Amino acid sequence: MAISAHPNATFSLERVAAMVTRYLYLLRSSWPRLLDLIYWPTVQMVTWGFVQTYVGQASAGSGPGRFGVAAGTLIGAVLLWDVLFRGQLGFSMSFLEEMYSRNIGNLLMSPLRPLELVAALIVMSTLRLMIGIIPVTGLAILFFGFNLWALGLALGAFFANLVLTSWSVGLVVSGFLLRNGLGAEGLAWTFMFLLLPLCCVYYPVDVLPAWLRTISWALPPTYVFEGLRAALTDHVFRGDLMIQAFVINAVLFASSILVFLWLLRRARVAGTLLQMGE
Amino acid sequence: MYPLDVPASAAGGPAIAVRQLSKVYSSEAAVNALTFDIARGSIVGLLGGNGAGKTTTIGMMMGLILPTSGTVEVLGVDMARNRHQVLGRMNFESPYVDMPHRLTVRQNLRVFARLYGIKDRESRIGEIVRQLALDSFFDRPSGNLSAGQKTRVALAKALINTPEVLLLDEPTASLDPDTGDWVRSVIENYRREHGATILLASHNMAEVERLCDRVIMLKRGTLVAEGSPQALLARYGRATLEDVFLDVVRGRNAPARIEKADS
Repeated sequence: MAISAHPNATFSLERVAAMVTRYLYLLRSSWPRLLDLIYWPTVQMVTWGFVQTYVGQASAGSGPGRFGVAAGTLIGAVLLWDVLFRGQLGFSMSFLEEMYSRNIGNLLMSPLRPLELVAALIVMSTLRLMIGIIPVTGLAILFFGFNLWALGLALGAFFANLVLTSWSVGLVVSGFLLRNGLGAEGLAWTFMFLLLPLCCVYYPVDVLPAWLRTISWALPPTYVFEGLRAALTDHVFRGDLMIQAFVINAVLFASSILVFLWLLRRARVAGTLLQMGE
Repeated sequence: MYPLDVPASAAGGPAIAVRQLSKVYSSEAAVNALTFDIARGSIVGLLGGNGAGKTTTIGMMMGLILPTSGTVEVLGVDMARNRHQVLGRMNFESPYVDMPHRLTVRQNLRVFARLYGIKDRESRIGEIVRQLALDSFFDRPSGNLSAGQKTRVALAKALINTPEVLLLDEPTASLDPDTGDWVRSVIENYRREHGATILLASHNMAEVERLCDRVIMLKRGTLVAEGSPQALLARYGRATLEDVFLDVVRGRNAPARIEKADS
């Protein structure tokens, strides 16, 4: 595949930049949109921060037990869950904006290629995540003395794995939106919550029944949250978990691109691309 | 009507070549075995009542809808398979799509100019703003514009890449007579200045008579009549194209076979 800035290239960075510019114009035009990026992660972090404080205090009376230590991972888990959820939402919301404004036909009729649109959505997902998460990590230090950045290299591995999963889910959801129109909008908001109990955000995998653990270990975020608990409670970086997560993510991401392209083709067969909108 | 062995991709061949084009949804045929050519530099009207298959046909010409059978070639490129080879040389306007509402006209045109790989973007945008008189609302959000202003902006998007092939789906629908007339002049001028090929789907028969070199009439997805407006008027013995259209869609004076009424 030729990657180039040339307008006739198979993959044009210029067209990706055009789409990113379009989404930045949109973000800039609406302060509620910007506020929305920060508001909910802040509410989540503050709520769970106080839960963590309470559990920590309650367990302190009976000595420093496993329960008290585990409570210390709550804020970290909440922040990383937000990376996963907000990453997917950032991807899907940018795509939904095209459907709300009935612009999909214009885009698909332009020289923009599907994978260039995907690349632009990935850039926007990352930007929206940065806008939403970075200030909240600062507030976590300020309010609860929890410094996510102290995880260092491990945080990079956690982040990379989580955003890869979020983009995979975002791709599949966007494919369904193309194929089924705004009738599938609910998926953008709720699909990720299916993973919440399965990828063991707030508890170890051991808690699950044996048959469910197999499913849980098939999901890359499970490795990240196990890795987070290992980093915070045992102070070790589980590189093995991160490598396994990367391998599953690579398969998942490649598969989700194929699913997206297949659903786009199904939409062309069904003739729905010209009739999308509110 | 047309020999199917004519290679549409031949240099100097038709701008759009449609061959045995069909689209079936469930068991219902939206478009049924259409075959026609659109010569380079011509304006062709695509007429038909609601549900006649005009939008589906245009959708297949753009490659946004895949045919059940048959082919569409635009500038020699099969739109079902290789549409990206030619999308930069064509454009469209349709009531089924819109520009992002929150972006200003300026921002929208900048984005599309970049998507189409326009070299000197600001200069081209300035040119088109003058042509379509967008100055007074250039920095207003597209969603806040009147119907006429929106049509002008959609037309600006459709002309931003100076397309060789332009597909217009009811470009003057819901416009007042003055604005409609103004838009028709823009289309005429564009064809004259650039030698572009234009396919115009419309319900406005006066507009079709004024603009089109040739007319294709569809009924329930089937081509039922075609030819120059003058030839169709003569053939059906009518004074206006609207009367011809009514004859065709209501089956009055229906010819025994598909007519190609050349001038």
